[in-house]
Amino acid sequence: MWRIIHQFGSPPWVYRFCDRVIPWLLPLTAVALIVGSAWGLLFAPTDYKQGDSYRIIYIHVPAAVVSLAGYYIMAFAGLVSLVWRIKLADLAMRAAAPIGAAFTAVALITGAIWGKPTWGAWWVWDARVTSMLILFFLYVGVIALFEAYDNKTIAARACAILSLVGTVNIPIIYKSVDWWYSLHQPASIKFTGSSAIDASMLYPLLGMIVAFYALFALLMMLNLKQSLTSEYAQSNWLIKRITT
Amino acid sequence: MQFDSFAAAVTMGGHGGFVWAAYAITSVVILVMIVRPVLSTRSMQDTIQREFERKQAHEKDAS
Repeated sequence: MWRIIHQFGSPPWVYRFCDRVIPWLLPLTAVALIVGSAWGLLFAPTDYKQGDSYRIIYIHVPAAVVSLAGYYIMAFAGLVSLVWRIKLADLAMRAAAPIGAAFTAVALITGAIWGKPTWGAWWVWDARVTSMLILFFLYVGVIALFEAYDNKTIAARACAILSLVGTVNIPIIYKSVDWWYSLHQPASIKFTGSSAIDASMLYPLLGMIVAFYALFALLMMLNLKQSLTSEYAQSNWLIKRITT
Repeated sequence: MQFDSFAAAVTMGGHGGFVWAAYAITSVVILVMIVRPVLSTRSMQDTIQREFERKQAHEKDAS
């Protein structure tokens, strides 16, 4: 156990790990995304109420799910970086921020496009939509805050604190559809009890959620490799690895 | 297949514009997110490689 933790704190080991995993995770993710999209777009049945506009669900929900999971990862990495001062945790936190921001933006944009034919408006100041917008600003805030400091040690600490404070927003997003009277529909997928969605629509949705998680992992590794390359450009292990 | 023809899959009963736009925007975002770190890493690796070769050539000259 300690050996595994130790390895995840070692930049050369993580670099090699990314190098080994990316070549098969990239094609796997691409295939999963293409198959999942084709399934959702062309083969899943048409919704009896919303017609075909509901097909946006196959990117909207996975993007939203992963944008929340990404925040956990960013905040957890921030906590580790704050407490144990591990360089890699700091890099992981910064790797997660732009990915999370992009997924949140995708969830908001696809939500707006879905909202137009369904609610009759591109945007509503609804509890779920607004709390997701706050999530987007939290991600962007972490990125901007890091850039704002010249001293990168202090910058990383400030980002970690901001991302930890921002976690209060996560349960608000989850519960927003229950706590407030909301236009946004409540969760259709339930871990306990039966889901409010038919299997023919549920399976492609679950498939796309898995594909988006794989995409998140892939993007995390690509970003980590990039920041490791820039951070350790002068280190012997990296020069050796690249030049041989 | 839910649609009888290519045209039906494109229009989706009037919702096609919304659905395809959502998928197109998402695809572009995903592609940019993948390509950007790959290109940036590659260019940094090239710099490190060149620097290494330059140093080696320098050492050979010195000896």
